[in-house]
Parts: sequence; structure tokens; C-alpha cells
Amino acid sequence: MLARDNQNSLKRTPLHGLHVALGGKMVPFAGYDMPVQYPAGVLKEHLHTRAAAGLFDVSHMGQIAVRPKSGRIEDAAHALERLVPQDIVAIAPGRQRYAQFTNSDGGILDDLMVAHFGDYLFLVVNAACKDADEAHLRANLADACIIEPLADRALIALQGPKAEAVLAKFCAEARSMTFMDAGPHEVAGIQCFVSRSGYTGEDGFEVSVPAGDAERLAKMLLDNPDVLPIGLGARDSLRLEAGLCLYGHDIDTATTPVEAALEWSVHKSRRSGGARAGGFPGAEKILAHFDQGASRRRVGLRPEGRAPVREGALLFADGAAGEPIGQVTSGGFGPSLNAPVAMGYVPTSRSALGTKLFAEVRGQRLPLQVAAMPFVKNTYKR
Amino acid sequence: MTTTLYTSDHEWLAIDGNVATVGITDYAQQQLGDVVFVELPKIGRVLKKAEAAAVVESVKAASDVYAPISGEVLETNAELAAEPALVNSDAQGRAWFFKIEIADKSELGGLMDEAAYKAHTA
Repeated sequence: MLARDNQNSLKRTPLHGLHVALGGKMVPFAGYDMPVQYPAGVLKEHLHTRAAAGLFDVSHMGQIAVRPKSGRIEDAAHALERLVPQDIVAIAPGRQRYAQFTNSDGGILDDLMVAHFGDYLFLVVNAACKDADEAHLRANLADACIIEPLADRALIALQGPKAEAVLAKFCAEARSMTFMDAGPHEVAGIQCFVSRSGYTGEDGFEVSVPAGDAERLAKMLLDNPDVLPIGLGARDSLRLEAGLCLYGHDIDTATTPVEAALEWSVHKSRRSGGARAGGFPGAEKILAHFDQGASRRRVGLRPEGRAPVREGALLFADGAAGEPIGQVTSGGFGPSLNAPVAMGYVPTSRSALGTKLFAEVRGQRLPLQVAAMPFVKNTYKR
Repeated sequence: MTTTLYTSDHEWLAIDGNVATVGITDYAQQQLGDVVFVELPKIGRVLKKAEAAAVVESVKAASDVYAPISGEVLETNAELAAEPALVNSDAQGRAWFFKIEIADKSELGGLMDEAAYKAHTA
């Protein structure tokens, strides 16, 4: 627990100096030196985000502009549909959707946000995948689009019930935005991209800001007594309670969107019988999963006892004997529930709500139940 | 008279005659962060020195607590099972983990006194 990693080779976000000044405990994450928690600690940070507002540095994530060479945004949207099963053409100006890059086997290369910024698409992708995503976009969309990584921008998430009131002091439009609205807006006079989204289950915003202005903006937001800085520890427990997938854990190249219970993110227009059915990598397998069902499924899990059941724990149908039937992909303690929560993959025949299962933890079989997600009701402003 | 000794793995043990009360140090709880669950050994279990005896789970991770000496578990802290956060608020007081009957006093020789432990964590 006390290992010290070599931090010399780690990248730093534009807010690194601020994290250190705020007492952040820095750890390596996706190649970056990032704050896992601040002096308040993971529990308080988590509960504060649910009660007021939390500020997260998510600048390690990739921001990519996809610009149509023709000048027509619909050409960029059609091009991107070659790589994702989401309906990109139907995204309205000023709106954003969640999507996945899929591979030829129907697995997920990465998950991402796609926003329509009027004359180009704005993508936010995971830190660990961003270089591969950029190469993937160039290799497949170069005929129709210019792929422009926006490396000189920071990304700040402001999440929680007070997020709107805080951000509105610097950006009046924040009040009129609804969930998944996205577009260029001035925040405190700085040219930013603002979306009403996040990854905590709370109402909130993500603000893409030029790197040189990031610390100034973060400090202005933190000057509000309702706002605390929040580290990766609470970010993870918040998204787990919200039932949201973490790439590389709950979804990866071996899981299809249907297995991952992400059907809602594959628009009907891309499914069998839709206006633009298929045409994305792995379409045959993914559409077969839609049409015939997948043999396994991601489910929420509520352990009956107090012991957290963590990633990697094997799942069993039985308390004593038998082969494992599945595995936990994310698990830990849910501070808002004051109880352990987990998610994992089980055979579809065992995925009904209330199904009793067992997880093996330190040689013991602990009882748990398949439970509805999100574990904590989301508060998105629709 | 009670003597308190420390292990390099950040357990403390308060020795009173043949009985040692075991917990984790304040330094260890600070490193772990918010503790949400503690798994204690069964009463009557015979532990060997350096064997995993208990588990302390923070929000993020599980960490083993090792037996600092060999012996039989006499008592465990029920208060701690009900309120794991005591580890954060009073690691070297109310948040003791278990009491053990010391099997071999010579094993105490390898442990640190307070000054040595302070140097170890400096």
C-alpha cells in the first residue's frame, strides 16, 4: 500500500500545479500524474459532490475535432458512422451523444462523447485510448475529414446539484442548457466548450478550456464555498453508483454494446431494419446480439454483507460447489448507499433482477443479488 | 505495565503480560484513507507470525493486516466491526483489531520501539 511509483515519466495536466497546491495525493493514472484524493478524503469528496458540487480535472482525456473536408457537417457525421453504431447524422446542432468505437469482432475499442458544434464534430475520448483513437480516425476517415487533436485544452467537470448555480455566475447560458446540450460558450470571458454532462450520475457540466486559462478558471470555480476539488477515487465511486461503465474494466475489446447493456446507445436507425442499419465494424455480431440476444450481460450487483466485492472476484451460482459463471468488473463501497456495490458479467439466464449469486472473496463465497442500475438515481436535467 | 511495539508493515501491538493487543498505526490509516470494512480473525484461531490475520478495506482497496507475533486469538473488537471508520479516527486507541496470547516472547525481539518506528516512517 505504500509503494512509490517512479513519477518522472508521467505527463501532467495544465492543473497539475493546482492539485499539488491543494494537497492532492498524486498517483499515476493512464500515463498522467493525477490526484486520487485531496485532504477531505474519498468519502467526503463523494458525498460533497452528491450534496453540493465537485470539481474534477479530466484533462487527461482526449479532445478531438473532426472537421468535414467538404465543409458540410453531415459528411463528417456520415463518415464517423463508419466507426460507431450510434446515429451521428441525427445529432442536432448544440447536442451531444454517447457512442463507442467498435472493432471487427463487435468489441469496444473505446467509448466516447460526440458533440455537434455547428460546422464540426467534437469528440471526448478516454486518456488511455486517445492516441489509438486518433490513429483509428485518421486511418478510416482521412478521405472525408480532418482529424485535429486539441492537445492544448484542459477539461474540467463540475458535478452536483449546485453545479448550475456556480457555473451560471460565469456563464449565463448554463441555466438554459439541458442534459447533453453542448457548444462553444464564454465562461468568465474565456472561450470554452461547455456540455451539460458528466460521469457521476449528477447534474453537471464539462468545460473544455484553453490550457493557459485552465488554472485561473478552476480557481474561480473553487472560490465558491459549494465547490470542493474531487480526485479520481471519488470519481470512480460516483460513476460506479451511477452504473456507468469504466473502459478497460466494464467494457473492452471483448465485450459488445449489447453484452454491456448499452443498447440505449445504439440508435434504432443503426439496428436491423433501420434507415442506416449496420455499416460499422463488427455490425454482424452486434446486430445478431440485438436480434437473438447475447449469452451474457453486464448487471448491477448488491452484496448482502458489508464486505466490498471488487474487480476480478469470480461469481458463482452456488454457495459451495460449482464452476464460476461470471466475474465482477467494477466493485467497491458506495458512500451514498453506505454499502458495497459492484457490477459484472453473468449468463443472461442469471441476469434477472433479484437473482441470487455468490462472489468469491478471500476464499469465502459471499451472497449478492442482481440489482437495478443506477444504484443511485441520476439527477440529469432533462 | 504496557509496552507498545511496531512492525515494519505498520501494525502496532500493546503488550500486557502474555497478551498483545494488535491494530494498525495512525500512519497506516492515513495512507489507506477512509476505512469502510474490517474483517477480523475468528476467536480461537492460532496465528503464525507474519500470516495474514485481518483485512482492512478502504473505499478503494483491500489491505492485509499481518500477525505481528504467533499465538491464539483471544478476543476481537466488535465495536470496530460495527464502525470501521474508528480506524481513521482512533487507530491506536479504540480501533484495536484483536488480542492475541503471545506464544513465543522471543519473537518480540525483531519489532520496533516507537522511536525506531518513527524513523521507519519518516
